[in-house]
This record gives sequence, structure tokens and C-alpha cells, in this order.
Amino acid sequence: MSETTTAPRIGWLTSLANPTRFLSLAGRLIPWLAALSAIALAVGLYMAFAAPEDYQQGSTVRIMFIHVPSACLAMMCYSVMAVSSIGSLVWRHPLADVSVKAAAPIGAVFTALALITGSLWGKPMWGAWWVWDARLTSFFVLFLMYLGLTALDRAMDDAARSARVSAVLVLIGFINIPIIKFSVDWWNTLHQPASVLRMDGPSIHPSLLYPLLVMAVAFTLAFFTLHLMAMRNEIWRRRITVMRRNAARRIGAKS
Amino acid sequence: MMTHATYVALSYGAAVLLVGGLALMTILDGRARKRDLAELEAQGVRRRSTSPAKDADAK
Repeated sequence: MSETTTAPRIGWLTSLANPTRFLSLAGRLIPWLAALSAIALAVGLYMAFAAPEDYQQGSTVRIMFIHVPSACLAMMCYSVMAVSSIGSLVWRHPLADVSVKAAAPIGAVFTALALITGSLWGKPMWGAWWVWDARLTSFFVLFLMYLGLTALDRAMDDAARSARVSAVLVLIGFINIPIIKFSVDWWNTLHQPASVLRMDGPSIHPSLLYPLLVMAVAFTLAFFTLHLMAMRNEIWRRRITVMRRNAARRIGAKS
Repeated sequence: MMTHATYVALSYGAAVLLVGGLALMTILDGRARKRDLAELEAQGVRRRSTSPAKDADAK
């Protein structure tokens, strides 16, 4: 490595450790991300309803355009939380904890949506709202973990301690993500195996695959928009707490 | 016995309700926090903690 490159240079992630810089970046990004998600969602919904009905499932195949993206997002959200937890535990990145805290309720909503739409798809296709097979059960566990993490965060007053405990729990819980993904291969499940992310390529007809992919992009964009907004809210919330504490101290010192 | 269209409609309804509700709550939370910040700043509260002694000198 040459001498010039060894000069101290602030990395992109490190520069974001400054919440003010993060807030200004988020403020610039959020309107664009929100507009892009709205456009992608409009296109995705149009394609979803223009798509032909499945030769076996009829119109219920349209549930897939919501069920699959929300299930993917629920797992991606947990992965974002796991990466943030490493950032929080290893590098003590000040925004990593904010990211974990902001992501948990979003993950819970997408998990709930995947469970509800799965149930509404299961009843007409399987004849059952719910079965305790490996995929459904492991996914339900993911929902409970999101609720648990949110409850834990609300229960602890000390932000620093809550951040450490949450980060450790998120990382332990990450074991569930590969279990969810491979549950359909490892065990005999009523839930079908993967048909998009397969070694031999997607097994869905392009007329249904393309709307699904556009909806997945739309959901992902919506997730990042909501996550950035929730992170910004959390930073503001922390600032307000500090300001109120400072104000109370000043009043206490004067009296 | 519900028709297929009902299951589809319920699924999209759940999506609108849950994701729309989350987006609305996030926006409202942001607005409330912005208002809090503006109120505190209007009261002259600063973010950086300053020692009371220095604060008293300044006045």
C-alpha cells in the first residue's frame, strides 16, 4: 500500500456515526425513496392484476404478490438487525443500535402480513388456515422474536444496556433465519419448497414471476424508506430526551 | 364458503391496513418529534449540556 492511501480517511460508515450528518443524508434520501417505492408499488400492483390466473390456483395466486415479498422482507429486516447488532457490539457504532430499535416494529408488521396472507392463501388451497409444519412454525417464531425484542426495548430504561442486550439477543435469534429458509428442504412440510431462489433457476412462469419481482423491489424500497424514517424519529426522540434532561438540570441548578 | 376473490381482497386489504398503518404511524411520530424539538428550541434549551456555573456566568 502506498503512503498516500494510509493517510487517515474517514470511511463512509464512520462519517455516518455523526447523527447530524446522518439526519441530513436521510432528509435528502427519504423523499426520493418514498417516491420510488410508490412508483414501484403502482407498477407492481398493475402487473399483479394484469397477470393471468394460475391454471390450478385461479385468482388466489395474486395473494403470492403480497405474501412472498412480505415474507422475504420479514427475513431481510431481521438480517439488517443482525448486521446492525454486530456494528453495535463490535464497533460501537452509535447508529447501529438506533437501526436495530427502528427495524423491529417494521419487521413485526411484515411478518404479521406474511402470516395473515399465508393463512388466507392456505385456506382455499390447502383447506386449512394453519398447520404446524416447519416453515409456518419457524416463521411464527420469527414473529414472536420481533415482539419480544420490541417488548424488551420498551421494558429497559437504560438505553446503553438495552442496546447491548438486544444486540446479543438479535444475534442468537439469527439462527432462525436459515432454519426458516431451509425448513422446506430439511423437513416434510405442507408449505411448498422455494420456487424463485433455486439452484436451477425460478420455476414460476415469467408471466407471474415478473410482477412478483417488481412487487419485491417495491416492498424493499418501502422497507428502506420506513426504516430511514423510523431511525430519524428515534434520533430525534433521543435528542429530545437529552434536551429535556439538560433543561431540568438547569432549572435544578437555579433553584 | 368464501369465493377466491374474497380471499384475494382480504389479503390486499390486510396489506393496505398493516403497511399503510405503519407508514402513517411513522409519519405522525416524526411530526410529533419535530414539534417537540421546535418547542424545546423555542424555549432556548440546547442539546449540548453546559455546566450550570458557566450558564450563570453567561447571563
